[in-house]
Amino acid sequence: MTALGWLIMLLSVGTVTALLIWCIYMVLTIPDETKHIHGFEQEPPDTKTGDE
Amino acid sequence: MSDSKKESWNSRAGVILAVAGSAVGLGNFLRFPGQAAEYGGGAFMVAYFVAFILIGLPICWAEWTMGRFGGQAGFNSAPGIFNYITRRPAFKYLGVIGVLIPVIIYMYYVYIEAWCLGYAVNFLTGNMDFSTVEESSDFWGGFIGIGEDGSALGFGLQQVGFYMLLVFALNFFLIYRGISRGIELFCKYAMPTLVVLAFIILLRVLTLGTPDPSMPERNVSNGLGFMWNPIKNVVEVKDAETGKWVVDHETVDAEKLAAETSLAEADENIRVRHIGMIEQLFNPQLWLAAAGQIFFSLSVGFGVIITYSSYLAKDDDIVLSGLSATSANEFCEVALGGLITLPAAVTFLGVAGVAGMGTFGLGFNVLPMVFANMPLGELFGFLFFFLLFLAAVTSSLSMLQPGIAFLEEALKINRKQSVALLGLITTLGAGFVLYFSQDVKALDTMDFWVGTFLIFVLSTIQIIIFGWILGIEKGFELAHEGAAVRIPRVFKFIMKYVSPLFLLIIFSLWVAANVFGINLRTGETEYSAYVRDLFIEPNTVAWLSVCLIGAVAALFVFIIGQNPDYKKYQQEDQT
Repeated sequence: MTALGWLIMLLSVGTVTALLIWCIYMVLTIPDETKHIHGFEQEPPDTKTGDE
Repeated sequence: MSDSKKESWNSRAGVILAVAGSAVGLGNFLRFPGQAAEYGGGAFMVAYFVAFILIGLPICWAEWTMGRFGGQAGFNSAPGIFNYITRRPAFKYLGVIGVLIPVIIYMYYVYIEAWCLGYAVNFLTGNMDFSTVEESSDFWGGFIGIGEDGSALGFGLQQVGFYMLLVFALNFFLIYRGISRGIELFCKYAMPTLVVLAFIILLRVLTLGTPDPSMPERNVSNGLGFMWNPIKNVVEVKDAETGKWVVDHETVDAEKLAAETSLAEADENIRVRHIGMIEQLFNPQLWLAAAGQIFFSLSVGFGVIITYSSYLAKDDDIVLSGLSATSANEFCEVALGGLITLPAAVTFLGVAGVAGMGTFGLGFNVLPMVFANMPLGELFGFLFFFLLFLAAVTSSLSMLQPGIAFLEEALKINRKQSVALLGLITTLGAGFVLYFSQDVKALDTMDFWVGTFLIFVLSTIQIIIFGWILGIEKGFELAHEGAAVRIPRVFKFIMKYVSPLFLLIIFSLWVAANVFGINLRTGETEYSAYVRDLFIEPNTVAWLSVCLIGAVAALFVFIIGQNPDYKKYQQEDQT
């Protein structure tokens, strides 16, 4: 592989890896995550539509 | 409106993994490396990242925003959401495309998913001991029934029928369990497992070195070079009759290139050409390939994200979630797929053995032979195809949910009934694809007209609705409700003007090249095989495939016409 090939590969892989790490960091550190948890199938549809 | 509104995601991580799972599929590990290598790694990556910024991210955010907005009104499928946002009758019918695409793709995707499971099982049971690519190709042909219609219906370990039943049952079992207990739960385990498997295989591939000392040019470094080198070195020979230069082969190895350059200097009928990045970027086909890869890879324009996001609450973040799911997909594609597939293949077969291979050729003919010849190949072959299987299941699950949501919403039936109805429709469709397996004609036809053509159409419709009907200001306001991060302001301009224009240009070029068969470099015209199959040399299976697509579309249009909720929104708006 040529030097330019290494550069392209490292830039491409580095960019997507950095973006993913930043996203994971943001998702894990945002404090109000619990606000968004809705519960586990609060009202399962099959039990609420008269099929049982 | 449907009772399915009561369904919801269990956590932010869950929805991100589910959307990422939808996007991560065979395309990441098989299609992307092949495309990048064909168009010269560096140049392709420039076009790829441009397409990512100009159409991938904008359509992704537009879908997340419109989906959550429509979900607040109780709509979970593209017809209902388009109708609610636009209040224009025509758009609920255009929304049919957003249900048709995933349902039709599921019919043939589950067939390919069964190949992956079958290959994993056969590696584990030691049935994949190939010494040549021809042996591997013969196995594949027999396994999927490529020689004759109906020959794929066998149920032995080395026939696809058995695996198709298994994957069909698994998909419907998970989809029946619902959004959080089925899709989310499976993706929460499958996605991390998939990444761990990919890292194990990556480690194995990058430590292969030069397995055959008698062929020193077949090594990992040249495999990576074939994938990533921005300058392509091709050896061309002069055609004796026409006098034109014709590409003979590509060379990556430095010593071989030096030898061929010396040979070319001594022979006026041979020349070595170095194709630089700028020259490659002037090739319209490269831009088409890069934009197409972004579509397939991110699952934008599939009708999936809009349904998934409709189950979010009003204050759930969508900007960061959309970006996170997208970045997870990009990581799997570029950092894992880009370093595994081609380096492994070139290390055992050389550039000549790999160049020009399509997605299926690379994945199901070349790689099995590569694994068969690798130390601990049975184990790594199993792991690789099990990885592909997991990636395929997380994608196929996402293809079912839009259909489930649409049937629940439009027919006012519960999940059990909608699963049964969609099960019937997709069983007929998948059975059709399985039976008409000769030359994978049914699969190929459906993939072209739905899996490619209609995806361009739906993406264009979605970005126009977001930028011009909902309005860019309103769209951004909706996107930022509950957002953990903000979309850069420049994307207002991109999403309103650049993305639609870029899409229309790419779509026009695609139709010119792939429907009318115009060679974008030379201007020569030859109708594509798909057009010839329908109008010039009619093929029965191709016509039946198109009729099947039309029948499913007609059924969905009929169902929409019966739904009073859609009409109610139009009437409310008018008064």
